[in-house]
Amino acid sequence: MRLLTFKHGIHPDYHKWFTREKGIRKTDLPQMVVIPLKQHLGAICNPIVNKGDEVKVGQKLGDNDAFVSCPVHSSISGIVKSIGPYQHPGGDMVDSITIESDGKDEPFRAHRPPQDISTLQPDEIRNIIRETGIVGLGGAAFPTHVKLNPPKEKQINTVIINGAECEPYLTADHRLMLERSEDIIYGIKAVMKLLGVRKSYIGIEANKKDAIAVILKGLEKEKDADISVVSMKVKYPEGAEKMLIYAILKREVPAGGLPMDVGVVVQNVGTTIAIADAIQRSKPLIERVVTVTGLGVKRPGNLLVKIGTLFSDVIKECGGLKDGARKVLMGGPMMGIAQYSLQVPVVKGTSGIVVLVDDELKLEKTVPCIGCGNCVKACPMFLLPTRLASYTDHDMLDKADEYGILDCIECGSCVYVCPSKLHLVQLIRLGKAKILDKKRGKGVKK
Amino acid sequence: MGDIQLIISSSPHIRSEESIPKIMYSVIIALIPAIAASIFIFGVKALWLMVTCTVVSILTEYIFQKIRKKDVTTIDGSAALAGILLALTLPPGFPYTAAALGAIVAIALGKHIFGGLGYNIFNPALIGRAFLQAAFPVLITTWERPLAWLSEEVDAVTAATPLAMMKFDMKIESLSKMLTGNVGGSLGETSAVALLLGAAFLLYKGYIQWRIPAGIFTSVVIFGGIFWIIDPSKYPDPLFHILAGGMLIGAFFMATDMVTSPITYKGYWIFGIGIGILTIIIRLKGGLPEGVMYSILLMNAITPLINRYTRPRILGRK
Repeated sequence: MRLLTFKHGIHPDYHKWFTREKGIRKTDLPQMVVIPLKQHLGAICNPIVNKGDEVKVGQKLGDNDAFVSCPVHSSISGIVKSIGPYQHPGGDMVDSITIESDGKDEPFRAHRPPQDISTLQPDEIRNIIRETGIVGLGGAAFPTHVKLNPPKEKQINTVIINGAECEPYLTADHRLMLERSEDIIYGIKAVMKLLGVRKSYIGIEANKKDAIAVILKGLEKEKDADISVVSMKVKYPEGAEKMLIYAILKREVPAGGLPMDVGVVVQNVGTTIAIADAIQRSKPLIERVVTVTGLGVKRPGNLLVKIGTLFSDVIKECGGLKDGARKVLMGGPMMGIAQYSLQVPVVKGTSGIVVLVDDELKLEKTVPCIGCGNCVKACPMFLLPTRLASYTDHDMLDKADEYGILDCIECGSCVYVCPSKLHLVQLIRLGKAKILDKKRGKGVKK
Repeated sequence: MGDIQLIISSSPHIRSEESIPKIMYSVIIALIPAIAASIFIFGVKALWLMVTCTVVSILTEYIFQKIRKKDVTTIDGSAALAGILLALTLPPGFPYTAAALGAIVAIALGKHIFGGLGYNIFNPALIGRAFLQAAFPVLITTWERPLAWLSEEVDAVTAATPLAMMKFDMKIESLSKMLTGNVGGSLGETSAVALLLGAAFLLYKGYIQWRIPAGIFTSVVIFGGIFWIIDPSKYPDPLFHILAGGMLIGAFFMATDMVTSPITYKGYWIFGIGIGILTIIIRLKGGLPEGVMYSILLMNAITPLINRYTRPRILGRK
């Protein structure tokens, strides 16, 4: 089979061997969880519990009526200890609810009984997805019910399920495809019914042949649903939404646009499982699979972690940190966020905790661009990263804008291949932020 | 566990092993066959010429950076590479002092006046060579017979280059001699086989863009070919153009200099095609027998312009 792919991109060392054979294991019940009221893109939730309240597993803790928002739920049973700002793995302080466990792991009773997509209307499916707090689990954490509610004029004709998992180190999606293929297929069917779409693709990188086989086998039983598995070339960032759509359908998402502009909705495999859990088992999104890995972790693995569990507790489950552990990332090494503390909670968008060691982190001196063009050949968006960074550096923001800086998806491919060790993405982010500020009329931040 | 010092920085958190010294030293390694061939063909004085240029280049860079109180970057290999490339463009009998002067000009005026590696507009080695061409027009066109050291005769050393023979004597050198380098010429431009060997290595490593030499050769074949078809008795065939003079070393090692060539795919082609056309014009119609050097320098000058007008179409844009 010819492998599908996009143009440009890079081939980093994948480091997936740490955890690819490690089955998903459940972590011990944490003694405490911290549930940020914002774990999604959009408006922050308002708390609907008070300090001192007793809460149960799956009980809603916060919600917001805004169009783009998503409720959060308790992942354990216990007492609300505090509500207030807490450090978020995204880097800032976010109002969060701290719950101390009572050790009982008691479920919340107010759940509706399990249902099935055959009897549900599209709106009902969407409502379940909203009420169970499901967001895109690939990392961006966009509220799923919003994604599945495109404006009338956007005709969706294809659903793409993202099983590429192109970030080095991460294997959570790989394990989910191996262990929970039935739920993935169920979730896809739910999304297809919701959107009235007849065609869907599951894109999986060819380094996960076993997962492809398992999903194909699962699909044998599904005669009436048009779901195809497509093998993707092993290349980063194959799993970036725009790359995936181009690779499979050869459609280009317009600049500044969304997949729905080309009739596509993309969902991560983990999200489809969350949808299946929500519909069949009435389960809100209160846990997720996190790949805990890297040379800095004693026992790497794929863990089913309660949302709100502190990074330190998760790492403890994996035998703790090794000597020399020096950088802890939420997410993979290409787009992950470096943490300054281990006291941050796992959130809905935490696909992995990657710990890098001293030896991997030599700080290399930056030297001027020599115009090698590596970044140009790597950029999957066909930008000129070195020019964008340089324009930002010289505060030539109009030029940067003209050269398409806002189209940058910050995948980091340019930085990876740069022989001058330039901080291209960091500069581009700065340039983007300044330009967006300017466009919003707030003036240029210094 | 909470007391370890964590490093925070912007993503991505991993980088490839690619580096500037790695690139520069790879190019130097790729030049080893050409260096060896020049020593074999012209004797040990070729080696001394190369050593002179290289050492003076490195020293010039060192002194320049010390004076300007900048970090000394001679270790990155770029000054050494410029020195070697300059030497390879010189005739074997060229005086060491003049060569040293060329190396100083190459590094000082070709590179550091602009701010050092990455900021220079022109290929430093070619700036040095252009200076020597202007300053020592006779010396730089005094060629030696190849493999003179094997011969019994002690004198009788001068020989014309294939291009000069073509231009001034209407004689075309044999292809086999030009392939092996058994012809008059500069140190590094004579042996096509040695240059191709190095070029293959760099292409394999991805350190040179195949589109640039491809553009040069395509336009040389087409443009030179037109002249040849019009009057084969007066103009040489395209293959001669490719094998003669500085065409190969220029196309593979000078025009592909990262700093002074474009960064876009379309730009590579335009840059290469431009060099090819200019070279043919200078060779066939100009006052000089060889035109590769000036062609590359001219195209260097418009590289920023090429980059500006050959931006790739951004994904999702018209």
